[in-house]
Amino acid sequence: MPEPISRASHLSVIEAGVKPPAVALHDVVLERRGKALVDGLTLSLSTSGTTVLMGPNGAGKSLTLRLMAGLIAPDEGRVRWNGVETTPSQSVALVFQKPVLLRRSVRANLKHALKTYGVSRIERPRRLEKLLEMGELENLADRPARVLSGGEQQRVALVRALAARPKLLLLDEPTASLDPQATAAIESLIRMAAQNGAKIVLVTHDRGQAQRLADEIVFLNHGQVAEVTPAQRFFDAPQSQEGRDYLDGHLLL
Amino acid sequence: MQDFGAAFGEAFALIAGLDAGLMEIIGLSMRVTFSAVLIACVIGLPLGAVLAVGRFPGRHILVVLVSALMGLPPVVVGLAVYLMLSAAGPLGVLQLLYTPTAMIIAQAILVTPIIASLTRQVIDDLHGEYDELLRSMGANRVGMIATLLWDARYSLLTAALAGLGRALAEVGAVMIVGGNINHVTRVMTTAIALETSKGALALALGLGIILVGLSILVNAGLMGLRKSAERLAYA
Amino acid sequence: MFKRSIPVLLSSVVIGSAALGSAAFNTASAEEKFIVVQSTTSTQNSGLYDALLPRFTAKSGIEVRVVAVGTGQAIKNAQNCDGDVLLVHAKSAEEKFVAAGHGVSRSDVMYNDFIIVGPASDPAGVAGSNDVKTALANIQRARAPFASRGDDSGTHKKELALWESAGIDLSGASGGWYRETGSGMGATLNVAVGMGAYVMTDRATWIAFGNKAGYGIAVEGDDDMFNQYGVIQVNPKICANVKAELSKTFINWVLSKEGQTAIADFKFNGQQLFFPNAGDKPNS
Repeated sequence: MPEPISRASHLSVIEAGVKPPAVALHDVVLERRGKALVDGLTLSLSTSGTTVLMGPNGAGKSLTLRLMAGLIAPDEGRVRWNGVETTPSQSVALVFQKPVLLRRSVRANLKHALKTYGVSRIERPRRLEKLLEMGELENLADRPARVLSGGEQQRVALVRALAARPKLLLLDEPTASLDPQATAAIESLIRMAAQNGAKIVLVTHDRGQAQRLADEIVFLNHGQVAEVTPAQRFFDAPQSQEGRDYLDGHLLL
Repeated sequence: MQDFGAAFGEAFALIAGLDAGLMEIIGLSMRVTFSAVLIACVIGLPLGAVLAVGRFPGRHILVVLVSALMGLPPVVVGLAVYLMLSAAGPLGVLQLLYTPTAMIIAQAILVTPIIASLTRQVIDDLHGEYDELLRSMGANRVGMIATLLWDARYSLLTAALAGLGRALAEVGAVMIVGGNINHVTRVMTTAIALETSKGALALALGLGIILVGLSILVNAGLMGLRKSAERLAYA
Repeated sequence: MFKRSIPVLLSSVVIGSAALGSAAFNTASAEEKFIVVQSTTSTQNSGLYDALLPRFTAKSGIEVRVVAVGTGQAIKNAQNCDGDVLLVHAKSAEEKFVAAGHGVSRSDVMYNDFIIVGPASDPAGVAGSNDVKTALANIQRARAPFASRGDDSGTHKKELALWESAGIDLSGASGGWYRETGSGMGATLNVAVGMGAYVMTDRATWIAFGNKAGYGIAVEGDDDMFNQYGVIQVNPKICANVKAELSKTFINWVLSKEGQTAIADFKFNGQQLFFPNAGDKPNS
């Protein structure tokens, strides 16, 4: 089993106290219609830094993310957070490729999130203003969330995830359909969350984005971990044949 | 077929004259109908949402059952409520038979399955979209249902309107449990039935035209409300 | 948790709506004095109650709430204690009701008569007859359509008795020329007019009926077609909810000279529809 990379120097926990949960998948199998989409996957994540999941389509990246979020249960094997099998849901947040925003204003979306995350009524207005500011959404606050542009919507979705003050932030191709400017805005929010001590797990096909954000790369293929490598080393010299082929643009079958 | 012309004449004369008896009957119709639909919403909306979101044994049977109950014959409901509320029945002590309350109960029973069933449909669709998000946020079932109901509120208005239509047009149940007592339990539909049995067909049809007009007004009003609120809230 | 909450929710229908309903509607009725009369339809459809009841209410301060259904259903409702007074027109059924203890006593109130109405074409050739047995036999022989209430009402019972006394067996005719509507008098008249059938009705309903469409009286004036209305107080000893004092007051008034005069005074298009006969023969 590959050893997770630790970069303690990068940590700057602003909310003192709780550390990100250490997520560990052990021999996880996930089947759909008789086909093993995740096939004996074992992975142990460090509690800090940014881990980027890469791999070809169908490698099981999104499913792995959902397993980490506790949204789906494995058919075989175990997923553990800090050694137990119960999701610490309040400290885990997930951002989808296609943002799912409620049919309400931006402000109401964030209010709903703060309420759902159990933020006290008294604290909500202050937190709400901070979130709007963080996402540069002040001018959009009272617009219906679902009429915003794709980039704006994803900003709302990401800021909404941050409303949880997540210790573990899971992102599933959050910038897949966004222009460079919108992508940059999302990346800067992700960086901010990382600097605040959140553990980031990001799925992306964007090599540049992976290089900009990743501390380590987890390369998946056929529902298994092909390699876990520090980011810089991965892009210079991937350790697995699959990783080499992927970076060279070969079709992985 | 000179009755149609006469019917419009009757309808116009009644409205133009602000006929006191007519106003009383319309008022009672509205109060009974809206109360029944309100109660049906209070029960049917969460019930429909639970059927859409919940995962418990017997859910599918319940879904089929609620859907089938949309076709409840009003006369059967009226009879069942009569037997419950009759002085000889188990709830006779409440002395509710031949009161507007009895009519509200009967209509609420008729309308609840309609609202629950349509709600289940609407919430089912929205749940497909919101499920992962809300679960990833750690929302509990109650919070999830509340979110879904709120976000589906404009679609659910259609469910409420369907219930309203049923209640407003229904005669069989309210006739039995209300008794069509003048000034007490006479509503538009029972008045129409009475005038028909008197052979006063033009007057009956005239009342029918007024009832349709009321139904159009109520629907147009609520839909207009929905349109403007929807524009403000989301696209 | 949801499973358990569903029955709880459902059972709150009754409680919730009862609370809402009583708050919205029943606030005044606590002080209001009223009785419920289970009645046959002819007295309501003809407009008799509209003329009669305001006079009584003005004098006594008692509101009378009329539930007008067929005599059969009215008697059943009264057996369920859902009413204080019964005013119907099926003497033998009424006497049975009293004998079984459901009613206190029965009194004649008024009478009119039954008639058979039919289309102007008169396919059975019975128009102008005053012999109901022969007329019915002619209708049967001509297989002319005949609409029956078929609803166990007072009129229906009377009609069946007349067929029987004419010695005519209706089994086999039902669904053919003999058509049972299972509906009230007015609805049955509408049906009969719609399909050109003969139909038996009480005279009061017919005179006040608005949809005559060329129909006229074919048979009338036979002593067998006498139509007696009776009034009964529902027995307060069996039905604790019966308002004994108020219902007694009402019955006494209807049988009094004032009430009887009011019945005689009621006219529709100048015709008297009901003939008071309370004093004629005191009853069981």
